[in-house]
Amino acid sequence: MPAVITARGLRKTYGDFTAVDGIDLDVEAGESFGLLGPNGAGKSTTMRMIGGTLDRDGGELTVLGLDPGAQGPQVRAHLGVVPQQDNLDEELRVRENIVMYGRYFGLSRAYLVDKSAELLAFAQLEAKARDKVSALSGGMKRRLTIARGLVNEPRILLLDEPTTGLDPQARHILWDRLFRLKEAGTTLVVTTHFMDEAEQLCDRLIVVDHGRIMAQGSPSSLIREHSTREVLELRFGSARNASVVAQLDGVGERNEVLPDRILVYAHDGEAALEEVTSRGLHPVTSLVRRASLEDVFLRLTGRSLVD
Amino acid sequence: MTELSHGTGSDEPGSAATRTGAQEFDAAGLVASGRVPPHTEMAARTRRSGSWFYAETTLRGMRAFALPIAVYAVLQPLLYMVALGVGLGELVDRGTGPVDGVDYLTFVAPALLVSTVVMSVTAEMTYPVMSGFKWQRLYYGPAASPLEPGQIARGHLLAVVLRFVLQGGVFWVIMMAFGAAPSGFWQSALVVPIGVLTATAFGTPLQAYASTIEDEAYQFAFIQRFVVMPMFLFAGTFFPLSAMPVWLHWIGWVSPVWHGTQLARVASYGADVPPVMIAVHLVFLLACTVGGVVWATRSYTRRLHS
Repeated sequence: MPAVITARGLRKTYGDFTAVDGIDLDVEAGESFGLLGPNGAGKSTTMRMIGGTLDRDGGELTVLGLDPGAQGPQVRAHLGVVPQQDNLDEELRVRENIVMYGRYFGLSRAYLVDKSAELLAFAQLEAKARDKVSALSGGMKRRLTIARGLVNEPRILLLDEPTTGLDPQARHILWDRLFRLKEAGTTLVVTTHFMDEAEQLCDRLIVVDHGRIMAQGSPSSLIREHSTREVLELRFGSARNASVVAQLDGVGERNEVLPDRILVYAHDGEAALEEVTSRGLHPVTSLVRRASLEDVFLRLTGRSLVD
Repeated sequence: MTELSHGTGSDEPGSAATRTGAQEFDAAGLVASGRVPPHTEMAARTRRSGSWFYAETTLRGMRAFALPIAVYAVLQPLLYMVALGVGLGELVDRGTGPVDGVDYLTFVAPALLVSTVVMSVTAEMTYPVMSGFKWQRLYYGPAASPLEPGQIARGHLLAVVLRFVLQGGVFWVIMMAFGAAPSGFWQSALVVPIGVLTATAFGTPLQAYASTIEDEAYQFAFIQRFVVMPMFLFAGTFFPLSAMPVWLHWIGWVSPVWHGTQLARVASYGADVPPVMIAVHLVFLLACTVGGVVWATRSYTRRLHS
């Protein structure tokens, strides 16, 4: 598969602060590519440089063979952009938001009449077509923003934190919609600080922190590489966690002490829990779960994704 | 995935769609219908006509305020004509006689047209600009499309100008109805483009300035009170600049309102202005407009692309 987005040594600085510090990436046509990292890691900055609304300070960047810094309008004609903060036009009606946005691409009104109907069906907003945008729920606004971003039939859809602030059901509806777009051949580039979103949506991702790539690969390969298969979570009460951890040596491959709990990384979590109790330790609560990208991030940075 | 979207768990997407009322869609047709031009062609169209595309949105947004805008456009000239023509005008005409060789209403009417559109442009190029960047963030959506920030700035301006063509046109018709535009149909009609040009001469620098404001907008009230009102009162609207002491004449010279008013008087009653001064007035207004557009383009680019 050819790369549709290529970056080498991509950099962006704001005065003394380096927001993006030498990122390399290749996004292939038709894949769903993720940038996972905490707030302030440089994900949105990277997205804006790809979208040609922010100039880079160093490195190479091409989108579909074009330089977004020099050929911004041409690059943006190929893209659909879903920003972190909804910026729908609240002075227009729901359907008008799609139609008027399509005009910015020079699309004809005849096309936009049909297309807006299809996109409203896609976003499950047919019944709201003539409503004011302010009357929509958060999930509906997000779906409308995505529908608006599809009006020019983009080859690449950039989604910055697509489900932040949505309830679980709204998130699942959105993931379903995005999955269908990917199936139909649209390349997705997604930033998120939710590990479950990254696992649901992304074929491949980079883990970003302080503007640098910490690791990359598919969600499952990252978990295999940087974590054990299972994790045993133990809570002894916040006062005791630190003192108990010394007695857990050798139970799993390694331990991680968080303020509220201890994570024991083990291939067999149940067996590890038996070993803990056989040592005469009785946690207040215990939980065995599969390892996730959260564990990968913790391993790589020593910090949690969501503070 | 079908289960999640329809919530029925049916194996047949079609029947599930029917039951829940959700219309099934064709994802492949959605992302590649074959009905759109190539993306390079879209970029080329936007490069050519992007300002107009954005103006369409601004005009569409104005539709919600169409009635107040229309009432304002008709009522304000009527009130001015009655108050200053029939009221104050009678007094002036009986007291001092003709002003600049014509009755007071004829003297003041073209100036009021110019001042009215300048006041409107003050409203259109302050808070709505702030809203575009800050309150409603209306500019950021289009900034992610092929539109360039300068096209967004000029598109917003273009929509406002179209409104002023209408507003100035109504004012002119009312002037004609009151017999306050004696130079005849075609010559006096020029007050409309002159009014619009004056509005852009003041409006585009204001738009650029408004686009530099990041925080609160108390500056706008200041501009209203200490820039727009003095221009209205002292820049030759109600009495000729020459009626003021020489050391106050600069207020007229730096005011787009005075330059526009002088031109509008030439158009509406053939005021005696030397050709060289007509050229000076025109150049002043054009220079302010062009300078403002250049400044606004830079400032919009800095705000939207950084």
